[in-house]
Amino acid sequence: MPPATLAPKPDTAPRGSWLRFAAPQQFYPLAGKLLPWLWALAALLAVAGLTVGLLIAPSDFQQGDSYRIIYIHVPAAWMSMLIYVVMAFWAGLGLVLNTRLSSMMASALAPTGAWMTFIALWTGALWGKPTWGTWWVWDARLTSELILLFLYIGFMSLHAAIDDERRADRAAALLALVGVVNVPIIYFSVQWWNTLHQGASVSLTRSPSMASVMLAGMLVMTLAFWMYCIAAVLARVRIIILERERHTRWARAVLEPA
Amino acid sequence: MNWSSLGEFAHMGGYGLYVWGSLGMCAAAIAAECWALSARRRRLRELPLDETDDLDPRPIHES
Repeated sequence: MPPATLAPKPDTAPRGSWLRFAAPQQFYPLAGKLLPWLWALAALLAVAGLTVGLLIAPSDFQQGDSYRIIYIHVPAAWMSMLIYVVMAFWAGLGLVLNTRLSSMMASALAPTGAWMTFIALWTGALWGKPTWGTWWVWDARLTSELILLFLYIGFMSLHAAIDDERRADRAAALLALVGVVNVPIIYFSVQWWNTLHQGASVSLTRSPSMASVMLAGMLVMTLAFWMYCIAAVLARVRIIILERERHTRWARAVLEPA
Repeated sequence: MNWSSLGEFAHMGGYGLYVWGSLGMCAAAIAAECWALSARRRRLRELPLDETDDLDPRPIHES
């Protein structure tokens, strides 16, 4: 019997079918190719955004220069919510379709989402103290954002607590899906309840109640955060793929190049 | 440009502690995440990859 080679298996899906990237072995190099571009974009956008936000945009009439925290706080908060929804989506897909890579993606998203939530809470507290006189208040938005952090930590802890990888994926997926109801609560909290946190200044249906330079800086920083989050998540999912597939020939070829 | 000196820039109209405290924590969080990623990657390479790995189903993931 001739020895098996370390060459990767050929594509089993037709060439040009995007579905072949549902296989960890195919997704791994694709993510690898995207990473340098994402890191570069994140860095460039961050420099541009901070230049606008810290050097070019004027002081606020009421808040002075403390408002500049917005260039970190709002992008981080938006990412914290977006990442949770995306995490719940992949976790749900992995649960329903039994696709391993979907569950790996959910696991990769959780830590980055948790970091974004922490940054949103921290910067929010630092903004709240000089502007509204308090580090914290138990209003609807702040409380539901704190619950989001607990949901992320709960997802990661539940997954780590179960030895069987696929059972862990399924249990954590249920937690993620149940918790997704929290995201619209965070988003609409300032409309539904009387909160210390201010209402939305940016909307899809009305013109923004914010000066255009400030809005521009905030949108550039949002893109910077987005590129960074995608990069960090793809880097992590590549590691998770190697961890979980390390018994396969292709993963061994990556981990110990001949 | 809003600032006529580096000192003014650092002072942030009196809000320096809050603004730099926010930017600093954000930078620290990003650094921590990137360090954790590279530490996790390094730990992966240090795993023994002999045949017995196939018999050990325990996951090795942390963060």
